[in-house]
Amino acid sequence: MIKVSNLHKYFGNNHVLKGIDLEVEKGTVVCIIGPSGSGKSTLLRCINLLEAPSKGHVLIDGTDITDPKQNINALRTEVGMVFQRFNLFPHMTVLDNITLAPIKVRGMAEKDAQDLAKALLKRVGLADKADAYPKQLSGGQQQRVAIARALAMKPKYFLFDEPTSALDPELVGEVLDVMKSMALEGTTMVVVTHEMGFAREVADRVVFMDDGVILEDKPPEILFTRPENPRTKSFLDRVL
Amino acid sequence: MNFSLVSQYSGFLLRGAGLTIVMALGSIILGCLLGTVLGLMRVSSSKPLSLFSGAYLQIFRGTPMLLQIMFIFFAIPQIYNMMTGSFFNWKPEIAGIIALGMNSGAYIAEIIRAGIQGVDIGQTEASRALGLTQHQTMQLVILPQALRRVIPPLCNEFIVLLKDTSLISSIGAKELMYRSRSMGVTTYDFVSFLAGAAIVYFCLTFILTQASSWVERRLAVSD
Repeated sequence: MIKVSNLHKYFGNNHVLKGIDLEVEKGTVVCIIGPSGSGKSTLLRCINLLEAPSKGHVLIDGTDITDPKQNINALRTEVGMVFQRFNLFPHMTVLDNITLAPIKVRGMAEKDAQDLAKALLKRVGLADKADAYPKQLSGGQQQRVAIARALAMKPKYFLFDEPTSALDPELVGEVLDVMKSMALEGTTMVVVTHEMGFAREVADRVVFMDDGVILEDKPPEILFTRPENPRTKSFLDRVL
Repeated sequence: MNFSLVSQYSGFLLRGAGLTIVMALGSIILGCLLGTVLGLMRVSSSKPLSLFSGAYLQIFRGTPMLLQIMFIFFAIPQIYNMMTGSFFNWKPEIAGIIALGMNSGAYIAEIIRAGIQGVDIGQTEASRALGLTQHQTMQLVILPQALRRVIPPLCNEFIVLLKDTSLISSIGAKELMYRSRSMGVTTYDFVSFLAGAAIVYFCLTFILTQASSWVERRLAVSD
């Protein structure tokens, strides 16, 4: 499981995370919601050390990744990440995007990696796009490739950083469908999102963050219908 | 003015053009090697490496090329003599290639740095999140993308370099500039010989520009 304890993050004098405690059990889906600038993405990025926490600990299956002696590259292979802006490699085909890390990091044979990539492309509904370049795909297709790329490393945990925020509205559904199918298979996911419908339907717990602190952490049916904190209430009134 | 003189001495001039090409190639290769190393040092997280590269850049961009050529040709053997007591001399062609290569290394380092830093930070983040090491990220993801961006400015630098080989005539390398000037002096027909040299320089740079846009088009296919 992922265990975040008393996590602080400063950007210069800007105190972005103010003592975050969060646990994500294996097989659960946790959605993080909250207004822009509340620190949701920063929290997510601290979990795989794209941002170095200023204080506090992040434990992945009991291993403290903030310990400088840890091999961070090995730990990152257990935590897949999907970005808001996809970040596919534009100079590689879709297939090469997916096989790169399994070959170079896991040491998988090229043939096996390609078979795996093709199976994953089929799973995200893009079996015919293996030889395309990212630029030739729509945003929704690019994001599905990015998910396939993360899946190819078979990580134990998935982090999604606003995966549908850069998409045209009509393309959001196809990405959420893939994520839903992952959730149904029992994938452990931490999802920063503005898609309240997705959070309500898929999440086991919904975490509301504002101004660098977690204000509520509840199952969706409780958080969305009976929010306790007035800030949660006013946020939900605005977005629902 | 008598252009038939130019064709009469065309063999003499073309041997100079050959030397110009050899010296340009030599300094381009040296400049690219130095520039890549210095450019990578500039973006590295190691403070001493980055500072060294920065100082190198300042020195070579802050002093005239002609001075650098003369310093390497005349002053380095003198310094060597003072330190060891023994003598050595450069061929002007060798000293010239080294001077030009070291000078363009500074400019190429800046081109490489800008190319690397111009690649979206999201590319690095996606690579690292997949577990690639910093080295793999640079080699497999960042540099191939940076390469596309650096080709136009790099071609520009090669053109400058090709023309700057004419400065090496000042220390006696018998390249195109040297030969056309000396023929001008001998025949009192500067117009024909300098114009002839100009045409050769123009053709060479024209070929370079065409080659560069061809490479650019080839690489653009995927993005």
